[in-house]
Amino acid sequence: MTAFVLRRLTQSIGVVFVMSLIVFFGVHVVGDPVYMLINPQADQKDIEAAIKALGLDRPIWEQYWHFLTGALRGDLGRSFIFGESALKVIVQRMPATIELALTAVTMAVVFGIPLGLYAGLKPEGVFSKIIMAGSIVGFSLPTFWVGLMLIMVFAVILGWLPSTGRGETATYLGITSSLFTLNGLSHILLPALNLALLKISLVIRLTRAGTREAIHQDYIKFARAKGLSNRRVVGVHLLKNILIPVVTVLGLEFGNLVAFSVVTETIFSWPGMGKLLIQAIQSLDRPVIVAYLILIVLMFVVINLVVDVLYSILDPRVRLGEGSA
Amino acid sequence: MSIAEAPIAAKPKAVVETPFRRFASEYLESRVAAFALGLMMVLIGLAVLAPWITPQNPYDLAQVDVLDSRLPPGTKSSGNYTHWLGTDGAGRDLLSAMIYGLRISLIVGVMSGLIAMIVGTAVGMTAAYTGGRVENLIMRIVDLQLSFPAILLALMLIAVLGKGIDKIIIALVTVQWAYYARTVRGTALVEARKEYVEAARCLGLSSPRILFKHILPNCIAPLIVVATVQTAHAIALEATLSFLGVGLPQTEPSLGLLISNGFEYMLSGKYWISFFPGLVLLVTIVAINLVGDQLRDVLNPRLKR
Repeated sequence: MTAFVLRRLTQSIGVVFVMSLIVFFGVHVVGDPVYMLINPQADQKDIEAAIKALGLDRPIWEQYWHFLTGALRGDLGRSFIFGESALKVIVQRMPATIELALTAVTMAVVFGIPLGLYAGLKPEGVFSKIIMAGSIVGFSLPTFWVGLMLIMVFAVILGWLPSTGRGETATYLGITSSLFTLNGLSHILLPALNLALLKISLVIRLTRAGTREAIHQDYIKFARAKGLSNRRVVGVHLLKNILIPVVTVLGLEFGNLVAFSVVTETIFSWPGMGKLLIQAIQSLDRPVIVAYLILIVLMFVVINLVVDVLYSILDPRVRLGEGSA
Repeated sequence: MSIAEAPIAAKPKAVVETPFRRFASEYLESRVAAFALGLMMVLIGLAVLAPWITPQNPYDLAQVDVLDSRLPPGTKSSGNYTHWLGTDGAGRDLLSAMIYGLRISLIVGVMSGLIAMIVGTAVGMTAAYTGGRVENLIMRIVDLQLSFPAILLALMLIAVLGKGIDKIIIALVTVQWAYYARTVRGTALVEARKEYVEAARCLGLSSPRILFKHILPNCIAPLIVVATVQTAHAIALEATLSFLGVGLPQTEPSLGLLISNGFEYMLSGKYWISFFPGLVLLVTIVAINLVGDQLRDVLNPRLKR
């Protein structure tokens, strides 16, 4: 076990190292670092001073070393727009994104599992067919268009829910979140639903497939033969066994949610990391882009590592050591 | 991945019917799929014929009047024709702009799909052919890339490369080649163990010849399936990027950009500017996906009754 974790850890560090090389060469070789790292509006004298300060007159391997050590210290450049450390600007917006993604995951579980269970237990029912057709539609709809439609229906036509911003936030146990106020909750509903739609479809399909498989297994038959109530068979014996794949996939998909929040945050003006990234791309705030890229790579590597390790703990049949990314 | 491992479509031994006819009749068994195929053809036809069928050339400034902007659907305009779907923020006839937009969306989707297929096939075949360390390295890169969401990768590339139709295609190809590479390698490895390959070896044919003339043609069925689905993905991804304002420039408005342009008017109740392009985008993606689904069923002999 320890050997497995260690090997995966070394692999992850290798991936981060390779990615740092790619990011570095993307910025310093493909693009022009002077343009990317120094405010292009600065005058000639300032630019020359900055070139010297950034060490751009040194050989390339030395520059890479400088970049790597800087990144390890958390120095990923200063944002042109905010005039602050790029990392700090991103980290400030992280809670809003995490909050949105967590709400979406919760929605996926709350809607997806019961609907998937129903569709799996009564595969021939009319309602089950509607659920499955709905999940196909949920897969093929482009996220941004669904967001627009949600705004059109619930904000413009019906006027029930607000469509922009995060609303009021409150601090509770040291966490500032809009989940703690009614106004904030009404603000998070639409964007979270938009983000969750794809995951709801996914959870429905996973749960349904798991249910259909498990229902013919001996332990379910045995539980029924013991005379347990239907509720207990489904709610305890069945659910416990189908939850493993659902939890794993949702864990893996969490990174995906953060990525897709780029779209949702732009539509609903949600002040998170994703919206910041789009603004940075549009205003050519390169240090923020670079910092975001490195953070996201780190996040993905960590998620993959954690899921791999958790999976081998949850399911002993997974052979340790055959770790592939 | 089931497509990757699936053996190639069984060549029918029937004398009367040709393989293509058999394939066609099997495909058309599903009414939904037949309808989707028809719809896809109509959309492609519209896109190809755009300059001849649209009531207005939306990018000819002489034909567009800013005073006609944001007219609701069905209004008659100064150009003396009816804007069946209304006009957009710049006074362009929305129906015409949508057909032109569809054209750009399809060009980007198909082009990037084709190039990604060529690149992915070449890489996948190389991996299957060389084996050993090179194969391991290639497949590790493929795995690594597929573990990142496509949209993020595309956003990053656009951030470095900049805007433009060529850059979008580069970004989409970079995002998608891995799917093709994985599929081709999987299929090629299965094929390489079959008797006909052994027979070809015994005949003393060279490895490249076996690879390209014997194995590759047998990998085409799963490739077609992946290509259909990935083209739909590419169109959706391009629309998303354009919607976010980091895709195509305003001079080449695809469906995504039209939707994005209409977004600012949506809150004031002028729904049609982004609603109708969105509908066309949706219909296009769903139609291509349905065609892909049916192709997968027909081309996969495991699912045969």
